[in-house]
Amino acid sequence: MELCRLTIHELQDKLRAGQTTSAEITASVFRRIDAVEGEVRAYITLMKESALGEAARADAAILRGEMKALTGIPIALKDIFCTKGVRTTCGSRILHNFIPPYDGTVVEKLRAAGAVITGKTNMDEFAMGSSTENSFFGVTRNPWDLMRIPGGSSGGSAAAVAADECIASLGSDTGGSIRQPAALCGVVGLKPTYGRVSRYGLVAFASSLDQIGPFTKDVEDCAIMMNVIAGYDPRESTSVPEDVPDYRAFLGRGIEGWRVGIPKEYFIDGIDPEVEAAIREAIRVVERAGAKCIEVSLPHTDYCVAVYYIVAPAEASSNLARYDGVKYGFRSEDNRDLIDMYKKTRSAGFGEEVKRRIMIGTYALSSGYYDAYYRKASQVRSLIKQDFDQVFAGCDCILTPTSPTPAFKIGEKTDDPMQMYLSDIFTISANLAGIPGISVPCGYTNGGLPIGVQFLAGHFQEGRLLQIASAYERQTGIEKRRPAL
Amino acid sequence: MEYEPVIGLEVHAQLLTDAKIFCGCSAKFGAPPNTHTCPVCLGMPGVLPVLNRKVVEFMMKMALATHCRINGECNFARKNYFYPDLPKGYQISQYAAPPAEQGWIEVEIDGGKKRIGITRIHMEEDAGKLLHDEHNPVSYVDLNRTGVPLIEIVSEPDIRGADEAAAYLRGLHEILVYLEICDGNMEEGSFRCDANISLRPRGTEVFGTRTELKNMNSFRNVQRALEYEIKRQTYILDAGDAVIQETRLWDDTAGVTHSMRSKEEAHDYRYFPDPDLVPIVIDDAWVAAVRDTLPELPLEKRERFVREYQIPAYDAGVLTASRALADYYEEVVRLSGQPKIASNWVMGDVLRFLNEDKREIRACPIAPAALAEMILLIQDGTISGKMAKEVSEAMYRTGKAPRAIIEEKGLIQITDEAALAGTISEIIGKNPAQAAQYRAGKEKVFGFFVGQVMKATGGKASPQVINDLLKKMLAGVG
Repeated sequence: MELCRLTIHELQDKLRAGQTTSAEITASVFRRIDAVEGEVRAYITLMKESALGEAARADAAILRGEMKALTGIPIALKDIFCTKGVRTTCGSRILHNFIPPYDGTVVEKLRAAGAVITGKTNMDEFAMGSSTENSFFGVTRNPWDLMRIPGGSSGGSAAAVAADECIASLGSDTGGSIRQPAALCGVVGLKPTYGRVSRYGLVAFASSLDQIGPFTKDVEDCAIMMNVIAGYDPRESTSVPEDVPDYRAFLGRGIEGWRVGIPKEYFIDGIDPEVEAAIREAIRVVERAGAKCIEVSLPHTDYCVAVYYIVAPAEASSNLARYDGVKYGFRSEDNRDLIDMYKKTRSAGFGEEVKRRIMIGTYALSSGYYDAYYRKASQVRSLIKQDFDQVFAGCDCILTPTSPTPAFKIGEKTDDPMQMYLSDIFTISANLAGIPGISVPCGYTNGGLPIGVQFLAGHFQEGRLLQIASAYERQTGIEKRRPAL
Repeated sequence: MEYEPVIGLEVHAQLLTDAKIFCGCSAKFGAPPNTHTCPVCLGMPGVLPVLNRKVVEFMMKMALATHCRINGECNFARKNYFYPDLPKGYQISQYAAPPAEQGWIEVEIDGGKKRIGITRIHMEEDAGKLLHDEHNPVSYVDLNRTGVPLIEIVSEPDIRGADEAAAYLRGLHEILVYLEICDGNMEEGSFRCDANISLRPRGTEVFGTRTELKNMNSFRNVQRALEYEIKRQTYILDAGDAVIQETRLWDDTAGVTHSMRSKEEAHDYRYFPDPDLVPIVIDDAWVAAVRDTLPELPLEKRERFVREYQIPAYDAGVLTASRALADYYEEVVRLSGQPKIASNWVMGDVLRFLNEDKREIRACPIAPAALAEMILLIQDGTISGKMAKEVSEAMYRTGKAPRAIIEEKGLIQITDEAALAGTISEIIGKNPAQAAQYRAGKEKVFGFFVGQVMKATGGKASPQVINDLLKKMLAGVG
């Protein structure tokens, strides 16, 4: 089998046994990229030359017996992570030429763990979107059906893993941007607890919601990635100095006797029947594994989308103010004066969705409306958190669909922002509450599109999520399919 | 009509921390442009702020020194506006929940004392600086100052005149410098002031429409701008017109204020809690620890000097103008035991020398111990007061100890009566006419004899001994 198809742990076994080299693995990945990237378009920037150099260094390290957590493994990065000396666009024209002078914390950690960085993946501009259609660099296609979107905003990272254009990748999740594309591309995607993985070097969308997490081909790889990226960072004030367990230790432990909450509010009208059927089946799988599924209620679920679309745009309107054409990135030509430069730069530099959200957020924070919107939304957010606290007092984790529908067609929802926003209806609550969530493949539609099941747990219970995800993965018995690229 | 001005002041003081407020860059003034910068203070994509706890401590010092209540919890907020000197497009400041509020300071006005309320003190980051090319339509931005910590001190509208405003500012300035949390340099912008001013008919309570004044970079300019604005508003009100609520800029050269922006053009800063920073919790133990580090403040020190050293209030005021000067004086007193004489020498020669050279007391070549020793040498008659003038000057120029200078210059005072008696009788013998005049009651001639003796001894004779001997001997011969 082509090396690029394997998982991290499978490749590590081969590397350890001397059956392959990082150079071979990396070459395999870039051959695959050459073969399919023209159709998938997962990457904005490829880093082949530096990747081959890193692979050579990894092989030298392996020969010296220095094998670290990700030595020699090709990993892709969403183009939202600052990479020293390598263009970081955030999918936007306004940063189309921006070269950061520093590496973000997760990038440093990946490098320190010996990873080979393959490139920077496509995304919705500033992570605003659920389809990767809002990128200045074009649309990424779902490897399972090239007419369809890969989900978003981390669509490039999800598609790259699904299409074997890397072994694993990193994305960011502000309202579902890891879990939803993971579900739609048939891979594993984890959004950790807010404060678990450092945001330093992650280009901010909504600071109180953004969190970094991995896309992987299986649950074990997810644990391997989490072991590398999790941990306290003194460069981030909201980073939490909580001990990081060995996440691999949670794999294969089983979930005998667990209580799994099924929130009734998550089985709504408008959920795709095939998705609902797959989730009902997932519930049975979990029960077969020895857990007891109980109905629970998260009464403020209805408000999640509304709260999210106040809080996230409000923070974004402020976070994106720095893109003004003064210091870096795109600047418009022929400006009459300073104000004219700001207007032209930002009008031409940002796409429609970003501008829409900047306007919503600016409005929500403006004098006279702050109390009615931002303050009220913050208050309701506390209630949403309380809902979860109450439910987790009585169960080990929660099971829900990840996305109400499988991957939709390119262009299908671009004219209807509200419909697009509803793609994240099941994922937004975890960001608002700051809790971790994981999406694991749980079947296919008749048309062959992947479906994902989401598990949610209390703060810093990523281990528990990996435990149930791995138990589910072992028990489910769904056939391992690959996209027919 | 007679109006009463109602004035409130907002002071921004740059704090003397080593590092900036949210990153590790140096906060020092005067480096080449954009050398004290990093991705964080440059507002690069993806960076995050981490609070420098020293800034909180400096803020707490000022809060305690101005009798503020310190709140147990406060947070940072973003103040959003676009300007090229503000790389993030927002300033991290504090809004809804200030860390300190409801304080006051006491200032001396026309010999009396007045309390001026402090509404709040909060922390924030400074912005950068724009440099405009004089010959080309180009502007440059220097971001060294971006992220330098500031505290903003907002007064109550308790100030009733331009002179009161200046007194309040001097009071705040003195406290900040005493606390060693701000260098107080107004020219370099480490101490800046904006003013809000309105008029109301004297005897009434309701506030009039106010204007906000900016761009006043010295105590004198604050006073001048307020005086101008009082006249301007008086003129408007007397004409039956209404003052427009607006921001006005002081033009130092023309001596007038100009409208900068009206209320309608005012920014909507869209303050909201900064999600990148966590609430700051200040517990009693922290407050107590900071309280323990507070020095004696200027007013307390002034009162103690008057009480303890029995010196006039004026002298105490001069000697406590800075902590370093007060410390210098107190050291001289400790070593000499002569508070009044020490005060005369410090306020007289020492300050005069320093002022002439524009030197700080810290850089004074005369060590307190040397000055004290010189005072003791005057006291024990080794040198005369007049000689001491020469000695102190030499001490200042050379930094040498008084004894060394006295020896070098041969300045030991002649107090030996036997030696002087010979000289005196010789002089009396040479000037019989003058001696006769003196004895005839023309006492002015006495000065002539003193001069002659001094001349003969090269100025080294003790004036006291000369006086006594001359009187005796002039009388004795008769």
